[in-house]
Amino acid sequence: MSSVAQKKGFGAQVWDFLTTVDHKKIAILYLASGTLFFAIAGFEAILMRIQLMVPNNDFMSAGLFNELLTMHGTTMLFLAATPIIFGFMNAIVPLQIGARDVAFPFLNSLGFWMFFFGAVFLHLSFFLGGAPDAGWTSYASLSLYSPGHGIDFYVLGLQISGAGTLISGLNFIVTIITMRAPGMTYMRMPLFTWTTLVSSSLILFAFPPLTVGLFLMLVDRMFGANFFDHTMGGNTIVWEHLFWIFGHPEVYILVLPAFGLFSEIIPVFARKRLFGYSSMVFATILIGFLGFMVWAHHMFTTGMGATANAIFAVATMAIAVPTGMKVFNWILTIWGGSIKVTVPMLYALAFIPSFVAGGVTGVMQATAPLDYQLHDSYFIVAHFHYVIVGGIVTALFGSAHFYWPIIFNRALSEKLGVLTFWVFFIGFHLTFFLQHFLGLMGMPRRVFTYMADQGWDAFNMISTIGAIMMGVGVVLLVINVLLSIKSPPVNRRDYWGDGRSLEWALETPLPFYNFKQTPLVRGFDPYWIEKEEGNEEGMVYAEPLGDIHMPNNSIIPLGMTIGTFIAAFGALYSPWGDQAIAGTADSLSKAGSLTLLIGGLGITVACMIIRSVKDDLGYHVTKAEVEQTERALAEFRAKGGKR
Amino acid sequence: MMKGLKKWRLFGLLAALTVFLSACGEDYLSTLRPSGPVGQEQLNILILAVVVMTFVVIVVSTIYLVAFAKFRRAKVGENFMPKQVEGSHTLEVIWTVIPIILLLILAVPTLTATYKFADVAAMDEVNENGDPTALTVNVTAKLYWWEFEYPAQGIITAQELVVPTGEKVYFNLKAADVKHSFWIPAVGGKMDTNVENVNKFYLQFDKESEGLKDGVFYGKCAELCGPSHALMDFKVKTLSPEAFDAWVAAMQDTEGATADVNSTDAGEAAFANSCLSCHAVSAVAGAGVGPNLTAFGDRNRVAGFKDHTVEDTVDWIMYPEENKPGNLMTGKYNVTEEEAQAIAEYLMTLKVED
Repeated sequence: MSSVAQKKGFGAQVWDFLTTVDHKKIAILYLASGTLFFAIAGFEAILMRIQLMVPNNDFMSAGLFNELLTMHGTTMLFLAATPIIFGFMNAIVPLQIGARDVAFPFLNSLGFWMFFFGAVFLHLSFFLGGAPDAGWTSYASLSLYSPGHGIDFYVLGLQISGAGTLISGLNFIVTIITMRAPGMTYMRMPLFTWTTLVSSSLILFAFPPLTVGLFLMLVDRMFGANFFDHTMGGNTIVWEHLFWIFGHPEVYILVLPAFGLFSEIIPVFARKRLFGYSSMVFATILIGFLGFMVWAHHMFTTGMGATANAIFAVATMAIAVPTGMKVFNWILTIWGGSIKVTVPMLYALAFIPSFVAGGVTGVMQATAPLDYQLHDSYFIVAHFHYVIVGGIVTALFGSAHFYWPIIFNRALSEKLGVLTFWVFFIGFHLTFFLQHFLGLMGMPRRVFTYMADQGWDAFNMISTIGAIMMGVGVVLLVINVLLSIKSPPVNRRDYWGDGRSLEWALETPLPFYNFKQTPLVRGFDPYWIEKEEGNEEGMVYAEPLGDIHMPNNSIIPLGMTIGTFIAAFGALYSPWGDQAIAGTADSLSKAGSLTLLIGGLGITVACMIIRSVKDDLGYHVTKAEVEQTERALAEFRAKGGKR
Repeated sequence: MMKGLKKWRLFGLLAALTVFLSACGEDYLSTLRPSGPVGQEQLNILILAVVVMTFVVIVVSTIYLVAFAKFRRAKVGENFMPKQVEGSHTLEVIWTVIPIILLLILAVPTLTATYKFADVAAMDEVNENGDPTALTVNVTAKLYWWEFEYPAQGIITAQELVVPTGEKVYFNLKAADVKHSFWIPAVGGKMDTNVENVNKFYLQFDKESEGLKDGVFYGKCAELCGPSHALMDFKVKTLSPEAFDAWVAAMQDTEGATADVNSTDAGEAAFANSCLSCHAVSAVAGAGVGPNLTAFGDRNRVAGFKDHTVEDTVDWIMYPEENKPGNLMTGKYNVTEEEAQAIAEYLMTLKVED
C-alpha cells in the first residue's frame, strides 16, 4: 500500500499520476505544469524586452509582438500563477486543517485536468495559425476584428481552464468548511487556510462573469451572434465590464493566498506568533469583499461619467486601508522576534517594500483624474508588475523553498537560493522601477516599437537588462530544483525548526493518508502548543488508531476533459463564424464541425453518466495496514530514505 | 519656530521633487512637463500623491528596517525565545485611522478634479448669432490614423490637430472601427474613443508649439488596436488665436480644390488616378475613406511617424504594409516607383500655411 516502500515502473507511475486523486500528487501536477507555463510566459517576456531594447528594433514583427504580449499576460495569470498557487493550496491546506484529503478528491483531479487541457489548447494556437493578439483583456472591438483563430483559442482555452479553476475553488471552500479536524475552529485556522477560503470564494463569484463573457464572445466569433458587434446592436463596453468584474477580483484571488503564504513564513522565521491574527483575518475578508466593488477603476478613461469615476475612485482607495493593516501586522510580527534570514524569509523581507511600492502606485492610479494620464501607459505596467512579481511571484518562490521539504522530502539549496534571490530581485527592480517614469514620460503600453529620441531609449535598455537578469534568476531556481532531486532526503518533521502549524508536525515523507489518526487541535498554532508542552509526537489525537477510508483513483476526470478538448476544436473550426464566412479563418464542413462538437461533448457526458451510475465508495485501509505502513515508513526514514 | 522649520522642509521637499520631476522627459511629450491647465492639475495631483505616498513609504520602511536591524537572530542570540504577543488594539486603530486620513486628503482633489474635467456644458453654449462659443473638434480614430473635423468651421483634416492656445478646446471622440484612445501626454490625458458612443472632454493648450523640438506636441493612441498600435501617432500644432483663425480661413479657401487627371503635373495626374477616390485635397470635402491630405505639405510626419520627406513618402506609398502592418490602404491602388515619386512631390506642394 505504501507509495514509498515499493518502486514502480515508469508506465505505472505515469498511470498513477493520470488517475490520482491524492491532493499531494495533484499538488505536484499543479506545480510542475504551472512552472512549465511560467517558464514559457517568462520567455515570451524576454523576447518582448529584446524587441524593446532599442528603438525601431526589427527583432520581431508587430503581429508577433501582439501575440506574445497577449500570451504572456494570459499565461502568467491563468496558467502560471493560478496553478502554482493551487499547487500550494493542495499540498498544504489539507495538512493545515488536519484532513486526509480534500472534500471532493475526484473533482480535484477534474479541476486539474480541465486547467491543464485548457492551457494546452491555448498554447496549440502557436502551431495552428497564430496565437491570440488582442491583449489578455481581449477588448471586444479588437478581438472581433482579429482575423484567424487566435481569439478563438483564447476564448475556448480559457473557458475550459476557467471551469477547472471554478471546480477547484468550490472544492477548497467545501474542504475548509467541512473537513477541519476537531478543535480547528475558524479563528484557529492558519492564515494560509483563511486566505485560501476567501480566495476560493472570490473564484466562486468572479469566474462566472468571465464564463458568461467568454461564452458571449464564443457565440459571437464562432456562431455569428452579435452581442458585442455594435453595428448590429451589440455593445463592446459590456465586455469590458464583464471582463473586469472578473479581472479585478482575479488580482485578489492570486494575491490573497500570497499574503497567506507570507503570513506562514514570517512567524516561523521570526519565531513569534503572527501579530494581530484576528485583524489579519478581518482584513483578508474585507479585501475580498471590497475587491468586487472596484472593477471599473480599470475603465476610468472609457467614458463612464464623473459620478461613476468618483465612486470607483474612492472605493478603490478604501482597499489600501486593510492592505496597510496587513503590512503593519507583518512588520510587528518581526518586531520583538528573532529573525532568521533563510531563503523563504529573504523573499518575505523583500516582499514587504516591493509590495508597498506597488500598493502606493495603485492608490495613485485610483485617483481618477491622475489615472487619465497613467492609464494604458508604462506606469500601469510598472504598477501591476510590482504587485504581481513583488507580491505574488516572491511568495511562490519563497514558499517553494519553505514547503519543498514537506512536498518532496528534499530541501532546496540555501546557497543557490540566496544567489537566485539576489539576481532575481535586482533584476526585478531594474526592469520595472524605471517603467514608472517611462509611463509618465508619455510611453503607451503594448507598443511593439518606439521612435528614437523621445527620451525613452536609456530606460528601455536598462529595463531589458533587468528582464534578462530575472530570466537568469528563474533558470537558477530550476537548477536548484533539479539538484534537489539528487540531494539527501529530509526524513523529519519541522524542517525549519520553528514550525507552528499542523503541517510541520508531520514527519516526511508523508503516508498517503497524511494522518494515521485525526489530530485534536487545542489552539492557534497547534504544533507550537504541543512543542511548548514537550509533546514528542507533535500532536494529540482525536480518535484511536483504526481503519481509514480513502478515495479510489479514477481515469474518468481525464476522460471528461478530453471530451471538452475535442469539442473545443469543433467550435474553433466552426463554419458559422464571421471570420470563417469572410474567409479570414479556416474552417471545417458543417458536418465535420458538428461531429467534433457533439462527439467531444458526448464523451464528456458519457463519462459523467458512468461516474453517476457506477458507485465508487472508495476503500478502507485497515488498522493493520496502517500500522504496517507506519512501520515501513519508519524503517525507510531510519535507512536514510534510500530504497 | 519648529512649525516654520517644518513648513520650510515641506517646501524644500516639494521644490526638490518638482525639479526632479520636471527634469523627466521631453516638453512635447512628457506628462511631467505639462503645457496646459488640465495636465498641470493632473501633475499637481501626482505631486500630492507622491508626497503622501513617500510619507507612507518612509514610515513603513523605517519601522521595518529598525525591526530588522534590532531583532536578527545573530543579535538576539540563538536561544532567545520571543514573547508570543497576540496583537494590540491601540496599534490596530492607529494604522487604520492614519491611512484613512491620508486617503481623505487625496480624495478631495480627486473628486473635485474628476467633476471638473468632465464638465463639457460649454460645448452647447451659443452666442447671440446661434454660433457655438467654444471650439469643438470631432475626433475619429481609425485603423491607424486620426481624423479631426471642425464642425462649426466646416473643415476637416487628419493626422495633425491644429488648435488655438489659451482657450478650452472640446473634443467629441469616436472610433470608426476598433477601440482606440486619444492621448496628448504633455497637455492632459486621456479618453478612449469607443465604437458605440461619443465621449466628450476638453483640453487647454497654453503654449505655442512652434518653439518645440519638432514644432508640434506628440499625440498617441493608448489602447491596443492591432499590429500598428505603436505607430498610430498624431501631432498637435498649437497656434495663437489669430494664427489659428488664419489657418481656418486658409483651410476653408480650399473648398472645391481637387486633383486633375489631365494635369500637366504628372504627380497630380497620378494622384487623381490612383488616390483621389479615398484622399481629398480640399478641407471642405467632408469625411473621406483615407486621411484628408489638404495640408499634407504643412505636416510634420508622413503616415503619423515617418520623416516628412519626399523619399519617405515614396517609401510609404510603395510599401505601406511593411511600414504600418495591418493598415487599410495596402493593395487599394497600383502605382509605379516613378508615379509614387511624382505623387510625393505633388503632395509636398499641398499647403495652406506659408
